[in-house]
Amino acid sequence: MRAFALVFLFASLWPNCFVLGAIDRSEIQTQQSITDRSISIPEWKDWKRVFFLEDYNTRIVILGTTLLGMSAGMIGSFALLRKRALMGDALSHATLPGIAIAFIIATSFGLNGKSLPILLAGAAVSGLLGIAAILLIRNLTRLKEDAALGIVLSVFFGAGIALLGIVQQMRTGHAAGLESFIYGKTASMVASDAWLIGSAGLTCMLISILLYKELTLLCFDEGFAISRGFPVVLLDMTLMGLVVVVTIIGLQAVGLILMISLLVIPPAAARFWTEKIVNMTVVAIILGALSGMIGSAMSAIFPNLPSGAMIVLVATAMFLFSMVFGIPRGILIRKLRRHQLNLKVNRQHLLRGLYEFLEARGLLNEKQTAESTFVPISTLLQMRSWSPAKLKKIVKRAQREHLVVALQEDQIRLTKAGLLEATRIVHEHRLWELYLITYADVAASKVDQDADAIEHVLEPEVIAELETLLVRQSTQGVLQSPHAIEIQQENANRSQPGSRRST
Amino acid sequence: MSGLEQWNWFLDGWIIVAGILCAISTALLGNFLVLRKMSMLGDAITHAILPGLAAAFMISDSRSSLPMFVGAVIAGILTALFTEWIRSFGKVDEGASMGVVFTSLFALGLVMIVQAADHVDLDPGCVLYGAIELTPLDTILITGWEIPRVVVVLSVVLLINLVFVIFFLKELKLSSFDPALASTTGFNATIIHYTLMTLVAITAVASFETVGNILVVAMFVVPPAAAYMLTDRLVSMIVLSAILATIAAVTGHLGAITVPRWFGYHSTSTAGMMAVAAGLLFGLAALFAPRHGIVIVFVRRQLLSWKILAEDIIALMYRIEERDPLQKPDAAYLRDILFSRPFPTTLTLRYLTKQGLIAEINGNYELTETGRDRARQLVRSHRLWEHYLVEHAGMSAENIHKQAEQLEHFTDRQLREKLNEDTIDTDQDPHGSPIPPEDEVR
Repeated sequence: MRAFALVFLFASLWPNCFVLGAIDRSEIQTQQSITDRSISIPEWKDWKRVFFLEDYNTRIVILGTTLLGMSAGMIGSFALLRKRALMGDALSHATLPGIAIAFIIATSFGLNGKSLPILLAGAAVSGLLGIAAILLIRNLTRLKEDAALGIVLSVFFGAGIALLGIVQQMRTGHAAGLESFIYGKTASMVASDAWLIGSAGLTCMLISILLYKELTLLCFDEGFAISRGFPVVLLDMTLMGLVVVVTIIGLQAVGLILMISLLVIPPAAARFWTEKIVNMTVVAIILGALSGMIGSAMSAIFPNLPSGAMIVLVATAMFLFSMVFGIPRGILIRKLRRHQLNLKVNRQHLLRGLYEFLEARGLLNEKQTAESTFVPISTLLQMRSWSPAKLKKIVKRAQREHLVVALQEDQIRLTKAGLLEATRIVHEHRLWELYLITYADVAASKVDQDADAIEHVLEPEVIAELETLLVRQSTQGVLQSPHAIEIQQENANRSQPGSRRST
Repeated sequence: MSGLEQWNWFLDGWIIVAGILCAISTALLGNFLVLRKMSMLGDAITHAILPGLAAAFMISDSRSSLPMFVGAVIAGILTALFTEWIRSFGKVDEGASMGVVFTSLFALGLVMIVQAADHVDLDPGCVLYGAIELTPLDTILITGWEIPRVVVVLSVVLLINLVFVIFFLKELKLSSFDPALASTTGFNATIIHYTLMTLVAITAVASFETVGNILVVAMFVVPPAAAYMLTDRLVSMIVLSAILATIAAVTGHLGAITVPRWFGYHSTSTAGMMAVAAGLLFGLAALFAPRHGIVIVFVRRQLLSWKILAEDIIALMYRIEERDPLQKPDAAYLRDILFSRPFPTTLTLRYLTKQGLIAEINGNYELTETGRDRARQLVRSHRLWEHYLVEHAGMSAENIHKQAEQLEHFTDRQLREKLNEDTIDTDQDPHGSPIPPEDEVR
């Protein structure tokens, strides 16, 4: 539903962009603001330039964002599993005052205030202060983590905005570039920046590979990690330190508001494709790399699309795709599995109903009679809470599987295969009933419902175990039902389709 | 020195009024966000209204307020819905699903705004940190008064929020603290939830163009969190949060005018300074709150540990005296046995001397008469407990010392008598030491 909504929104707006762009291209202003841009349709040589990485600048940018996506995907996996997804958000907002202060200090010492390492150092310091504040609030007061995140995020960011207001009045050095940290500005990336991102990102990945086992343990079973003597606090700090580093190197590319998405979205998408953390990390790295690559490539092709936003939207598209189509945890596959289970359950109920009907009339001893006796559908209808339309569907499906044969609309009989299957099902049902009565002390009158809940998912090994456990009383063949079964006569018109048995 | 000489009642007055109105209306709802542990939802919704604004502009092709307002509110509500859907259908952790939704919507909004840019004065910078300073410039006439449009809008929002909170206080309270119980008592917690979300979105949208996202987020969380530190009652928390929000708004604006001047600059962003002021208020509340403040909790814990140390010292001296009436321990000896650090021990010994419980003779200490009485009671408590633990709790004699050591500090005379009655009369504890009598027979 939401996928459709987003896709629809996207699709409906896409043509607009080009129309708007075509009209407004002549009026592009030179002012430095991300609002003053529009889209133009790129020509073939633009595509070629980006795809074959002909442009040195494009090469740098794409390399940088790809590495960023990889390291964010990897670190983000741990952060996500540790349920620290939103901490990255608070953290990235908390870097703003550090950036502003670093700029002020650097300029007042006569240095170049806009040099990336200085600004990022400031960002790192205030990011760490932000994390410290979160931990202090969470551990020393009665407030919960969410409130701590909200407080740190808004207060630090507010301080950053106030400081930026001051920075803009400084006579030395105009500070227009600082705001690009809020929304990100990939295009301004130069080779040394890409190297910085690359080396810091790779270092983070290396550290987390070295600490893989420890971090995994931290994410899944902190208590066990403590009991095994792992330095849990230190590991936690390391993980958060890694998040800080990745966030900071991402500031320039995607901006501090959207940085959290690179930490959250690829791992969350990867989660739909696997149940194992190693695979999840690998998939998250790949998805992160792809979103960095495709996103920055798109913003290079359409020069006026904000790169940070494009990277995020590519990641979001992957997330939506994974959520819907992911195997084994996506929505579709889960729906499908549930549907198949429902079909199986219905089929088994139908067969068991037929079997019990025949059994009650003593028609089972002779195979011929069992297979030639027709059972009226109206009787079956009363055995379970089926609607006539649903029962018809179930019967049709069973017919297709050659388990039953329908004479007319309202009479069916079991086939040979159907009888075999029904025998097995009834046997398993009763085995489980017997087990519940003998070992779980469930009352005989209630046992049928309880067995219903589980009989459809019994594995063959469990059946074998039950068989040996319950020492076959009736040596061979199908077990007798441990409780009375009441099946209505064909002509009886009782109006309680749901209650098929009573004891 | 300050910027106050340029104070203009018309301009600054309206700015402060707008700030106060926004702060109170957000803080009112924020109480419930904090209590429901959804503080970050305010952040998410305020970011995610961006595509709503852009879409509304593209559809209506105008910059009139109503379509943009509606569009943004819808986007805000969708954020809450999407978050819930991704959480339940996709089985994604709530924080992560929120992160996915609002960043995606924000990114979408940025891209859409780029398309709309040349027509519309929709600066994402303005969305983020607002233009409260421009409040007084956009006015409308109401009954002959020139009132800033924003003030009118925010007043209406404040009124709506106030009515909602007052009329649904009971429902909000119940559904915040115990949603399951709320559902069983017959009203739908989901409806309350989404009504709250809708109002959060409306408030955020109404506030964003004046004070910007960031102040909205701050006011949603910070004043309620500070109020939560100060009180245990919901009604007083709501009232306090409104008061704190007001103070933050006023001091924030004053700070924005005055503080930069100290360093030789002009004024700075009012919204940013309001957030900072709120943060400072929270810091004060967290530190100095009368019951839950960090300082008071720390002091309480410290006093308790000193009290326990003092009691341990006199109980130890009693035991020493019991064994060898002539031995007078010095500070170092006591420290060795109690594993206590020098400074607290010295301090406690001085305190005990002052209280007349012990007396110092040439660096050695002995119990006074009152001290001996107090110590005897402690030792009696300790040994009675040991006795009781062995007899009634079925613990073995080796394990009970530590338990009794803790319990002895919280045992009064009444409890001792009860313990004495409940245990089989004996003069010895399980280790064979005598249980001293309650009052010494002279």
